[in-house]
Amino acid sequence: MAFIQLKGITKKFGGLTAVDNVDFEIEQGKITAIIGPNGAGKSTFFNLINGFHKPTSGTILFEGKDITNTPVHIGARLGIARTFQTTHLFEQATVIDNVIVGHRLRTKSKLYDAIFRTRREKQEEQIAYQKALEVLDFVGLTHMAKAPVSTIPQEAKKRVAIALALATDPKVMFLDEPAAGINPDETEGLSQLMKKLAASGITICTIEHKMQMIMGLADKIMVLNHGAKIAEGTPTEIKNNPIVIEAYLGGGDPVAEVNRHHSEVRGV
Amino acid sequence: MGKIFNQRNIIILLILFALVFPLIYADNRYVLHVMTIGFIFTISVYGMNILAGYTGQLSLAHAGFFAIGAYSVGILTTQGGLNFWLALLLAVLITCATGFVLGLIALRTKTHFFAIYTLIVGYLIYLLIDKWDGLTGGIRGLIGIPIPDPIGPITFESATSMYYLVLFFLLLAIFVAVRIVHSLTGRTYIAIRNSEDLAQTLGINTTMNKLVSFVISVAFAGLAGGLYAALTRFIGPDVASTHMVFNFLMYLIVGGIGTLSGPLVGTMLFIWFEQFLKSYQEYHMLIFGPILVFMVIFFPSGITGGFYKLKMKFQSAKNQKNVRHIKSIPVKSTKE
Amino acid sequence: MDLFLQQFFNGLTLGSVYTLVAIGLTLVFGILHIPNFAHGALYLIGGYVTLMVMKGTGAHYFVAIFASIIVVALLGILMERLVFNPLRNSPPIHDKIAAIGLVLFFEALVQLVWGTEYLRMFSPFDNNISVAGVLMTSQRILVIVVAFVVVVLLTLFLKKTMMGASIIAMAQNREGAFLVGINANAVAMMTFAISGALAAIAASLAAPINLVFPSMGHLVILKAFVVVIIGGMGSIPGAIVAGLILGMTESMGATYISNDYKDMIAFLLLVVIMTIRPKGLFAKGVH
Ligand SMILES: Nc1ncnc2c1ncn2[C@@H]1O[C@H](COP(=O)(O)OP(=O)(O)O)[C@@H](O)[C@H]1O
Ligand SMILES: [Mg+2]
Repeated sequence: MAFIQLKGITKKFGGLTAVDNVDFEIEQGKITAIIGPNGAGKSTFFNLINGFHKPTSGTILFEGKDITNTPVHIGARLGIARTFQTTHLFEQATVIDNVIVGHRLRTKSKLYDAIFRTRREKQEEQIAYQKALEVLDFVGLTHMAKAPVSTIPQEAKKRVAIALALATDPKVMFLDEPAAGINPDETEGLSQLMKKLAASGITICTIEHKMQMIMGLADKIMVLNHGAKIAEGTPTEIKNNPIVIEAYLGGGDPVAEVNRHHSEVRGV
Repeated sequence: MGKIFNQRNIIILLILFALVFPLIYADNRYVLHVMTIGFIFTISVYGMNILAGYTGQLSLAHAGFFAIGAYSVGILTTQGGLNFWLALLLAVLITCATGFVLGLIALRTKTHFFAIYTLIVGYLIYLLIDKWDGLTGGIRGLIGIPIPDPIGPITFESATSMYYLVLFFLLLAIFVAVRIVHSLTGRTYIAIRNSEDLAQTLGINTTMNKLVSFVISVAFAGLAGGLYAALTRFIGPDVASTHMVFNFLMYLIVGGIGTLSGPLVGTMLFIWFEQFLKSYQEYHMLIFGPILVFMVIFFPSGITGGFYKLKMKFQSAKNQKNVRHIKSIPVKSTKE
Repeated sequence: MDLFLQQFFNGLTLGSVYTLVAIGLTLVFGILHIPNFAHGALYLIGGYVTLMVMKGTGAHYFVAIFASIIVVALLGILMERLVFNPLRNSPPIHDKIAAIGLVLFFEALVQLVWGTEYLRMFSPFDNNISVAGVLMTSQRILVIVVAFVVVVLLTLFLKKTMMGASIIAMAQNREGAFLVGINANAVAMMTFAISGALAAIAASLAAPINLVFPSMGHLVILKAFVVVIIGGMGSIPGAIVAGLILGMTESMGATYISNDYKDMIAFLLLVVIMTIRPKGLFAKGVH
């Protein structure tokens, strides 16, 4: 049984086919990368697995369970975490305050517990707080825990977003262009973090434009173009795949071409 | 640590002041009455704050729910002959039940649509009260609402006793609001306000949480409405008017939306300001309207929010060496 | 049958007014994504300016309307510059609150300057004429005709001029329009000016029938919102169709159901529609 399996996934927005009949498998414990030019349907692909969009046709299985029509928050409880292309953090709150709520889905306290400050509420607040400290330590941000998000650098925000996803105790984490808008040194740091996440047993699936980064990082790469999967394989296979080379400007260097596109940033 | 004691001291002082206030103005019914009305509106504004300030959903039906609470108490006590306390309890329950049903429908709409939808629902409640003569007394209103029944030896005939009664509920409301905001539930609401998409990916059932927040919010409005009916002993359709909800909103914005002291500060400030300008009643809005616009543009987090930010700035300036990349905190986009 | 025809014409008149107000609202929404709660204030000022110009200078009804159009269009531009433009990057709650502040201010201002009485506006079109066997004032016909002409002119403007094309482009895709180099500020001001002008025309046309008073904008603006949502935010054809539907429904409802509850009909209609289609009747399925 595949960990995550997509069968014939298609998503249409009106007349536009954003994802076109994609079959794909994500293996547990591995780092999978999705590449493709802007508008190729990568973010939409994530939104489909994550549950923001319902596919026009096709099915998605997670650990053998059909999650095609599962709402986003249920998917998260099953262990599917993700980050966004733009971080969506609460800028005025501190880093730790942003992260604490990440563990909310594993707690049970209700309104009643809040008003009467029950033992459960106190315990779970403590658990969520500890979890936040733990994941901030994991991503290396302990020293910034008390800083308002608006005051920390872009790269740190990306780490906060990852910490937040990590706080949900996920089995798989989808990262939408985590390295966009940060410098090469920091990119390397982020690569290390992804490897560390994978080593800790979390399956990673990332959208990335920085090819050098991906080549050294991914176990498997899928290439999307105009919504369709045009290739999948190991980094070496992808680099030498004639269809991929063809798609990227009729024989041009795929690395250069993808980088050319990485500037524009779109939300969900 | 000193800061915490400081804050606690302020709260204790305020409560003490509220407690001795009637002794200072023992022979001034008018002042006590204004203060009591102010407390009632404050309760309602706290409700609005939980939904708009913390969960990020601007409901313009709030006055409608205030009116449902007020009319429930009015109708149950005058026509139903019910004991006030039972009527008040039922009024809150009725408001919550109505809020649950309307919330279920209204919350399927988002942002602008939610605001417009609730504005219109609020107006429908107003029209319903205005037209349903047999039940509500229509445009003539509902008169002769009895004062609260005595509890043992305690009676509610004097302005002072009503003052304390309402103060009790105000403190209760603030207590509940503080508890909610400082809980995991409160964090959940803030996460929804910040970004519904992000909240969902964190496993938060946004629909459910918004609905609960909506019901809490209207419960506050219903309670306030019920108390209002007992205090004024006369209610008309105006309690449901859009002007009422605009007033609540103004108190909230000027006091500080999304802050815990904002509703109290804003409401009390305006209630007294309005008394001060009483002879120019129709023209209040010549000043208040522009104040509202000015606040939203320049101080979107209100008086208390602005104060808090100054404090933060001051503190972070002191701690500059601890944090490397300090920038001044942008004033806009507090509530996204 | 006569009664039906009578109500049909009344519905058409009512619908024409709603349509004019709603088009202004929907244009502003389509372009700036602001539900302009202050639109009622523009309508209100429009009615008063026309009346006061007529009274003060003895000017002809049409001249007064023209003056009113200019004043309210300028007021719209001012609103955009002073309030909505500074708030364009604020969270969505803020512009709504600012708009509410504006309404409250203008209503108080009108009361201060012109008092709280209900005032009559005498239009030169107060004679009765018979159309298809139904007797009605020529003012009602004027409303329908002027609304029709205005909508046609507006459509021509949007379709045939550069400025109009920019407005449409921006309504369809804000970011895209920026990329193409449209001057967003100019478009925003223009949109507010048109929106104000339409409100002034609508108010001036309706005033001889409905009187002029400080809260005259309330119901109209609420109903215009109903129209905008039914017709789809940002859609002019939608506003026209929905405006006429609402006018008809109300006019028929008042006759055949209950005059007391006629206002409720409109709002219930909306509540039902939004319950079934949370984004309005003709909304496209994208976010
Ligand atoms: N919610 C949506 N509604 C309509 N079209 C959308 C939506 N989301 C994405 N699209 C369109 O689908 C295509 C793929 O977009 P996206 O998945 O964001 O691409 P990528 O992430 O690869 O850059 C684009 O043409 C985009 O405009
Ligand atoms: Mg993308």
